Amino acid sequence: MPLINLVFKNIFRHKLRTVLTVIGIAIAILAFGTIRTVIAMWYSGVEASSPNRLITRNAISLIFPLPIAYRNAITAVPGVSEVSYAQWFGGIYIDEKHSQFPQIAVDAATWFNVTPENRISEAEKAVFLRERNAAVVGVQIARRFGWKIGDSVRMRSMIFPGDWDFVVRGIYTGAQKSTDETLFFFQWQYLDEQLRKLEPWRAGNVGWYVVKIADPDRAASISGAIDHRFKNSLAETRTETEQAFVQGFISMSDTILIALRIISIVIIGVILAVLSNTMAMTARERLSEYAVFKTLGFEARHLVLLIAGESVLIALIGGAVGILMIGPTVDGFGAVMTSTVGAMFPIVGVSAVTRTVSLLMALGVGLAAAIFPAWRAATLRIVQGLRRVG
Amino acid sequence: MPAPLIEINEVYKSYRREHLEIPVLEKISLTVAAGEFLALMGPSGSGKTTLLNLIAGIDRPDRGTIRIGGIEIGSLGESDLARWRSRHIGFIFQLYNLIPVLTAVENVELPLLLTPLSKKQRREHAELALNVVGLSDRMRHYPRQLSGGQEQRVGIARAIVTDPTLLVADEPTGDLDKTSARDVMDLLSRLNKDFSKTIVMVTHDPRAAEQARTVRHLDKGTLI
Ligand SMILES: Nc1ncnc2c1ncn2[C@@H]1O[C@H](COP(=O)(O)OP(=O)(O)OP(=O)(O)O)[C@@H](O)[C@H]1O
Ligand SMILES: [Mg+2]
Repeated sequence: MPLINLVFKNIFRHKLRTVLTVIGIAIAILAFGTIRTVIAMWYSGVEASSPNRLITRNAISLIFPLPIAYRNAITAVPGVSEVSYAQWFGGIYIDEKHSQFPQIAVDAATWFNVTPENRISEAEKAVFLRERNAAVVGVQIARRFGWKIGDSVRMRSMIFPGDWDFVVRGIYTGAQKSTDETLFFFQWQYLDEQLRKLEPWRAGNVGWYVVKIADPDRAASISGAIDHRFKNSLAETRTETEQAFVQGFISMSDTILIALRIISIVIIGVILAVLSNTMAMTARERLSEYAVFKTLGFEARHLVLLIAGESVLIALIGGAVGILMIGPTVDGFGAVMTSTVGAMFPIVGVSAVTRTVSLLMALGVGLAAAIFPAWRAATLRIVQGLRRVG
Repeated sequence: MPAPLIEINEVYKSYRREHLEIPVLEKISLTVAAGEFLALMGPSGSGKTTLLNLIAGIDRPDRGTIRIGGIEIGSLGESDLARWRSRHIGFIFQLYNLIPVLTAVENVELPLLLTPLSKKQRREHAELALNVVGLSDRMRHYPRQLSGGQEQRVGIARAIVTDPTLLVADEPTGDLDKTSARDVMDLLSRLNKDFSKTIVMVTHDPRAAEQARTVRHLDKGTLI
């Protein structure tokens, strides 16, 4: 029965108090890890974006479309090497309500030329081009839903009417680690054809143009030229590099990011307070016991071990529970983000660094919360401690 | 005549409360021979516990010397004093002071964690000590599953398990009914007679004091 066993027995002395403290720490570490992951997710969007791609969108807002007729005019701007376009679909996969993924209607002929980071075989590309309702999906969602080439997928949309049937004809993989492998591409032409039948006044529009340029150094002048071309037209455009476009989201939410950072610091403070309180209560109740230990010949270091061990154990249990919950929470958050903001924020998953940092936070809080009670026990005079009962 | 085990020489102890210095022990001198069973009696507040704590090395005198087994314990540093206590002192508390989350045998084993004994040896020693106090059938019981008398016997087993030079007991029967008190006193006098343990015991109970070989009285901080 070494002293460590006593640490384990001690944490069950006030079961409710321990359980509540563990829950508190778990929630806090969950929040801490989730915030870190979300921030990482945000920035990975920037990393994944290409410097030689421009995004042209409606100058008013991303939610307003641009006419398909702009395509030729953009192609004609000097310095532009290829133009593709896309439309946000806002689909809901009927079979799986809880984990959604972004769907984008794209120009089948050009899309994979302007996004080489989405790797797909030439054969699959050819089928995608040929079949109206073909879809190319990221390897991660294919794996998640067990989709194989030839599988049918039925979806509804939050934006467009009716049921939409697709057939998986291609599975792409990311060229880089930061490439989003959870996207679902299908032919913009399919979307447009259906709209002509169902809601013709909405047809002939795209969400944004993706403009490939040969020389990234000329991005600013080409962007200016494109926007100048549509000045005073019905739908004015705003063109910027993909990087700036994604960063635009970030700087728009700079305050949010700062707030998140502050919150994650506050969270650590809060669990430190919670655990410190628990440990202080514990130590106060056990002062006479510590005096008995000292009478028996135990020394300050033994008591410090006993108290710090208990504090760290509680913190690590709470931390471990919290860390296990980060993954599912981030997935949920990612699903919400992708279905509201779009495909710009790939789900990066919980990094090993985040797990480690969260665990170290828990460890640090455990140690810090033990300082005061350990000091009290270490400096306790035996006669004083014994008097508290006798 | 053997050399005395305990030699207390002109010991003073006072406590400070606010700015007042309250003398508790004044010029106490006392020798106790090895194998003695000494009872300290006296009115409440006369300084019995204070004197016992000084003998047990859990408190220090303001002046004077205390030698136990030839060692002047006042000269030991905190750490050495702790080690000295674990080797030489068995302390029996009025309120037993067992660790509630440990079973009887684990409580008794506790002081042995500071010795180089193996796990198996520790367990054997602890079981032997519980045997001596007649609680072999209560090893796996937790303190709350024991009567007061049984708890105190576990406390005594914990005090004797390291085979200390000296047993000190502060009102060991103070919280017990008559029958349990008698059992505990029988046990202490058996430890004194059969195992030649030197015992210093503080008590209010004249019946308990009867079991001792010598009774000394404290009054207002002086031995009479
Ligand atoms: N830590 C302390 N701080 C201040 N005063 C103390 C302290 N310890 C003891 N005293 C005082 O010293 C005096 C003697 O106390 P002590 O506990 O030795 O008496 P006692 O003879 O054991 O009494 P009782 O029979 O009630 O246990 C008392 O007046 C007590 O108030
Ligand atoms: Mg007393």
